[in-house]
Amino acid sequence: MTSLWLPLLIAVPVVGAVVVGVAPKSAAKWLTLATSLVVLALTLVMAFQFKPGGERFQFVFEADWIPAFGVKFGLGVDGIALVLIGLTAVLTPIVIAASWHDADAPHAKYSVKTYFALMLALLAMMVGVFAATDIFLFYVFFEAMLIPMYFMIGSYGGAQRSYAAIKFLLYSLFGGLLMLVAVIGLYVVTTSWVGGDGQPLFANGTFMFPDIIEALKTQTIDSGTAKWLFAGFFIAFAIKAPLVPFHTWLPDAAAQAPAGAAVLLVGVLDKVGTYGMLRFCLELFPEASKWATPLVIVLSVVGIIYGAIVAIGQTDMKRLIAYTSISHFGFIAMGVFAMSQTAQEGATLYMVNHGFATGMLFLAAGFLIARRGSPYIADYGGVQKVAPLLAGAFFIAGLAGLSLPGLSSFVSEFMVMIGTYSSTAFGSGALAVAAIVSALAVILAAVYILWMVQRTLHGPTAESVSGMKDLSKRELWVVAPLLALIIGFGFFPKPLLDIIRPAVTDTLVNVKVDNPAVAEKGAGE
Amino acid sequence: MENPAQILGNTAGGVIGFSWLMIALPLVGAAILLIGGRRTNKWGHLLGVAMSLGAFVVAVLALVQLLGLDPEQRRQAVHLYEFIPGMVDMGLLVDQLSISFALLITGVGSLIHIYSIGYMSHDPERRRFFAYLNLFVAAMLLLVLADNYVGLFIGWEGVGLASYLLIGFWYFKPSAAVAAKKAFIVNRVGDFGLLVGMFVMWTTFGTLSFAGLGDATIEQNGTVTAIGLLLLLGACGKSAQLPLQSWLLDAMEGPTPVSALIHAATMVTAGVYLVVRSGAFFFPLGSTAALVAGIVGTATLLAGAIIGCAKDDIKKGLAGSTMSQIGYMMLGAAFGPVGYAFAIGHLITHGFFKADMFLGAGSVMHAMNDEVDMRKYGGLFSKMKVTAITFIIGYLAIIGFPLLSGYFTKDGIIETAIEHNPVMGWLAVAGAGLTGFYMSRMIFMTFFGKARWDKDAHPHESPAVMTVPLIILSIGAIGLGAFLVLGGRLYQWLAPAVGGARDFVPAFHPFSVPGLSTLALVAVGVVIAWFKYGKAEVPVTAPRGSFLTTFARRDLYGDALNESLFMRPGQWLTRLAVFFDNRGIDGLVNGLAATIGGSSGRLRRVQTGFARTYALSILFGAALLTGALLLVGNL
Repeated sequence: MTSLWLPLLIAVPVVGAVVVGVAPKSAAKWLTLATSLVVLALTLVMAFQFKPGGERFQFVFEADWIPAFGVKFGLGVDGIALVLIGLTAVLTPIVIAASWHDADAPHAKYSVKTYFALMLALLAMMVGVFAATDIFLFYVFFEAMLIPMYFMIGSYGGAQRSYAAIKFLLYSLFGGLLMLVAVIGLYVVTTSWVGGDGQPLFANGTFMFPDIIEALKTQTIDSGTAKWLFAGFFIAFAIKAPLVPFHTWLPDAAAQAPAGAAVLLVGVLDKVGTYGMLRFCLELFPEASKWATPLVIVLSVVGIIYGAIVAIGQTDMKRLIAYTSISHFGFIAMGVFAMSQTAQEGATLYMVNHGFATGMLFLAAGFLIARRGSPYIADYGGVQKVAPLLAGAFFIAGLAGLSLPGLSSFVSEFMVMIGTYSSTAFGSGALAVAAIVSALAVILAAVYILWMVQRTLHGPTAESVSGMKDLSKRELWVVAPLLALIIGFGFFPKPLLDIIRPAVTDTLVNVKVDNPAVAEKGAGE
Repeated sequence: MENPAQILGNTAGGVIGFSWLMIALPLVGAAILLIGGRRTNKWGHLLGVAMSLGAFVVAVLALVQLLGLDPEQRRQAVHLYEFIPGMVDMGLLVDQLSISFALLITGVGSLIHIYSIGYMSHDPERRRFFAYLNLFVAAMLLLVLADNYVGLFIGWEGVGLASYLLIGFWYFKPSAAVAAKKAFIVNRVGDFGLLVGMFVMWTTFGTLSFAGLGDATIEQNGTVTAIGLLLLLGACGKSAQLPLQSWLLDAMEGPTPVSALIHAATMVTAGVYLVVRSGAFFFPLGSTAALVAGIVGTATLLAGAIIGCAKDDIKKGLAGSTMSQIGYMMLGAAFGPVGYAFAIGHLITHGFFKADMFLGAGSVMHAMNDEVDMRKYGGLFSKMKVTAITFIIGYLAIIGFPLLSGYFTKDGIIETAIEHNPVMGWLAVAGAGLTGFYMSRMIFMTFFGKARWDKDAHPHESPAVMTVPLIILSIGAIGLGAFLVLGGRLYQWLAPAVGGARDFVPAFHPFSVPGLSTLALVAVGVVIAWFKYGKAEVPVTAPRGSFLTTFARRDLYGDALNESLFMRPGQWLTRLAVFFDNRGIDGLVNGLAATIGGSSGRLRRVQTGFARTYALSILFGAALLTGALLLVGNL
C-alpha cells in the first residue's frame, strides 16, 4: 500500500539543494540541472505506472506526523495532481537551463549557488504541494513555497524587486492566514463527527483529504460553517491564482522576477490556486461551492475580459504576459466552477498547457530583455531581421498564448468554453452567457499578442537591436522541448486527457452535480 | 459517441486511405524549410514545389478512385485518431465536395508555387516564402478534408496564420506588418462566431462531425437559425464579406502570388465552403440563415464592384473584384443544392481566372519596377504579349463573355437567384454590369492607350517559369465553365454530397430575359469604360472625382467606420482599464496596506527593512495563531 515514489520525488531535490549549497561554485549549475533531470525521469516512470481509472489516489504514502492532532505526512496523486507534478518536473530543468546566467547579475546580493539551490528547494515544495493528501501538510507546503520564491524575486530580480517581493509575500501570507483558519476550522469539524457505532469517527480529528471525503458521504458540515470555511480556502486560492480583483501583485512580481523564476511563479505556483479550488473547495464544500458559483463565474469572466484589455495597454513585455495570464486564470476558474466533465477536464488541461505556453513566452521575452536590457516594448522593433530564431520562438509562444488551434492551449480553452456552455449543472442559460462572453477573449488575445509582435519583431530594425545575437545553442535547447510539447499536445491531447478524465469524474461525483456526463461516464468507465 | 467511420460503414482503402498524405506532404515541406533555415536556401523552392505537386498527385489519384465507385459510395471516411476523447474523432472526409476543393487548392496552388520561383527569385528569403506557402496548402487541405468542425477550425486558423505570415512577408515594411495584424484580428471576429456556433451545435446535437449531423434530425428552429448565423459570421470573416470585408484590400501588401493563391483563388473562398458544407444542416433553401447569406452576398457583390470601379492600384482593383465575386458565390450558396453547385462552380472557375489575372498583374509589376498604379501603365500589350493575352482571357471570363467559363457559372447563380428571390437576382445582374465596367477600365488602363510609364521603366515579358502557369490558368479560364455546367455535370457530381437530387439537370437559359439583360448591361459597362479610359486619355494623377468616387476610393468608409466604432473606443477603454488597474485596484490595496502598517506614505516608498520586519511579524503571528488553535483545537 505504501509507496516510496513520492517521498523520493521530494527528497531528491532537497538533497540536491543541500549538495548544490556545499559543492564548488563551478559544479553548482550542472548539479542543479542533473538533479532536476533525475526528478523528471522519476516522474515520467511514475506517470507510465499510473493506472487511469484505477484507485483514485495512487503512489500513496502515509506516516504519522503529529498523532495528537491526527496530522499525517500523507502523499498520493490522482490524475489531476499527477499531470501538474509532470508540468513542474518538465518546466524545472528547462527553466534551469534558461536561467544559466540569470544569477550572474552584478546587483545580486546572494551567490549564484544560492539561486540554484533555491530553485531545487522550490521544486521539492512544488511537488509536495500537489502530492499532499493531508490538508495540513498541503498548507505547510503552500506557505513554504513562498520562501524560496521570495528570495528569488527579492535578491535576483529587477530594479523594483524589493517592492515586488514584499507585495508578493504580503498578499500570499494574507491568503495563507485565511486558509490556515479554515484548515483548523475544518479540523475542528472532523473531531465532532460520530460514526454509526456512536464512537467518534476520528478520535483525534483528521486532516487527511481522502478520509474526510469518504466521511462526507455520511457526515455533514453545517451549511453556515461550510460557507465560512469555503471562503477561507477560496480567497487564499483566488489570491494565489490570482483572480480579479486580487491580482495586482502578479504583474509586479512577474515583471521584477528573473525570467526563469517568473515562469515557475506563473506557470506552476499560481496553478496551486486553481488546483486548490478544484481539489479542496469543490470536494470539501460542495454545497457552499454551488452557492458561490454565480459569484465565481462572474469574477472569472470579468477576469478573462478585463485581464485581456489591461494586457493590451501594457508597455512592459513581462507585465503584458502577466496580464494575459490573469485572463487565462479566469478561463481555468470558469472551467472549474462550471461543474461539467468537459469544462473541468479542460480547466485541468489548461493548467498544464498554460504552463508550457506562458513559460515559453516568458523565457523568449527574457532572452530579448537579456540582450537589449529593457523590458519596454517601445525599445524594440524589427528583431526578426537580426535574430530570426529568437523572433520565431517568441512568435510561436505568442501564438500559443492566443490559443491558436493546432497548439495545445487551444484544446484546453475550447474544452473549457464548450464545457461551460453546455453545462447543465445550474440549468441552462447563465453559464451559456458566460461562455459566449469569454469567447470574446479570442479577439482580444489576437490584439494583445499580435500588437506586441508587431512592435517588437516587425517594422524597420531599431538602432538599439541591430547587433542582437540570435539564439545560442543552450537557448535552443530551452525552446525546442517546449515547442515540441506545445505542438505535440496541440494535436494529441489524448494521453493527458486519459489521465485527467477519471480524476475529474471522481471530483464531480463527490460534488454531487446533476450532470448527465457524470452519470454516463461514471457508469461507463 | 459512435465513430463516424462506422456510421458511414466504411473506412476507405486504396489511395483515399492515404489521403492524409495531401496534408502531410506540404506540412513536412514547411517544417523542413523552417527548421532547416538558411541551409535549405539553395533548393528550398524546389522542395516546396515538389511537396505541393505531390499533394496534387494524391488528389488526382483519389479522384480517380472516387470516379470508379458508385456515386452513392463516393463518400469515403478516413479515420485518423481520437482527438478529444468523447467529443472529436479526427478524420478526413473524401467526397465530391472536398476532392473538388483539394484539386483546386493543389492544382492552382502548384502553379502558383512554380510561378513564385520566378517572381521571388530576387528575394533573399525566398525559402521562407515557400515554407509559408506549403504551410498554407497543408492548412487549407485540412480545412476542406476534415470530417468535423473542429478539424475544419484548425485548418481555418491555420490558413489564417499562413495568410498573416504571407501578408506580412515583408515584415520590415510597417504597412505590411499592420495589414497582416489587421487581417488576423478581423478574422478572429469571424472565428468568434464559428466558435460559439460549435458550442451551440455540440450542446444541441451532441456532435461536431458532419456524419453525426447527417444522422441527427434537424428541425429549423431558433437554435438552428442561430447556429447558421454564427457560422455565417465566421464565413464573412474568412471570405471578406460585409461587414468583415475591410482586411482584404489591405492584404494586398503581401507578395502578388500570395494575393493570387490565398486572397483570390482559395482561402477567401473557405467561407463559401463552410456554408455549402453546412448547407443541408443549417442553410437549407428558404431558411432564415440562407436568406441572410443571400443578403450578405448581394451587398458584398455590389460593394466590391463599386470599390473596384475607383481603384487605381491594380491589385486593390482585383481585390475589390474578388470581394464581389465571392459575394456572387455566397449569393448562390443561399439557394439550396442547385445554388451550391453554381456557387462551387463559380468558385472553381474564379479560382482559375482570378489567379490568372493576379499572376498577370504580378507579371506586369515585375516588368514595371513593382509599380501598382495603373495610371502609370498603358500600352503594355505590345511589350508583354503573353501576359496581356492571358490577362485578357481572364478578363473575358470574369465579365461573362459568352462561352468563357465565368459566363456559365455566374449566369447560373443569377438565374437561380432570380428564380428564388428576384430582388437579389436583379441586383446581381446590376453587379455584372459594374463588373463589365471596372474590369474593362483595368484592361484599357494597363494594356492599351498611351504609355504613361515612369522614366526608368523598361517593361519586358516575364520568364517562362512565370508565363507557363499563366497559360495553363487561362486555358482553365476558357473551358472550365462549359465543362462544369453544361449537362449539369458539376451539379450531378456534387448532388450526393450536398443533398441534391441526382437525376436532375439545372436549367440553363442563355437566351432568357435575365441572361440577355446581363449581357446587355455588361456591354454597356464595357462601352462606358472604353469611352472613359480607352478612347480618352487617362490622366497620370487621379482627378478629384465626385462624392461617389471618393466613397469608393475610401472602401465605402469601411475603415473609417471600424476606426470610429471599435478602434478609438477600444483604445480609450484600454487606457481607462490600465489607469483603473494601477490607480484604482492597486492604489486601494497599497493604500490599505500602508494605513494598516501605520505609514501615511504609499507602500512603494516604505523602506525595505521595515517592510520585511512587517512581513516577518505576520509570519510570526501566523505561527502563533497556528499554535494557539492547535492547542485549543481538540476542545
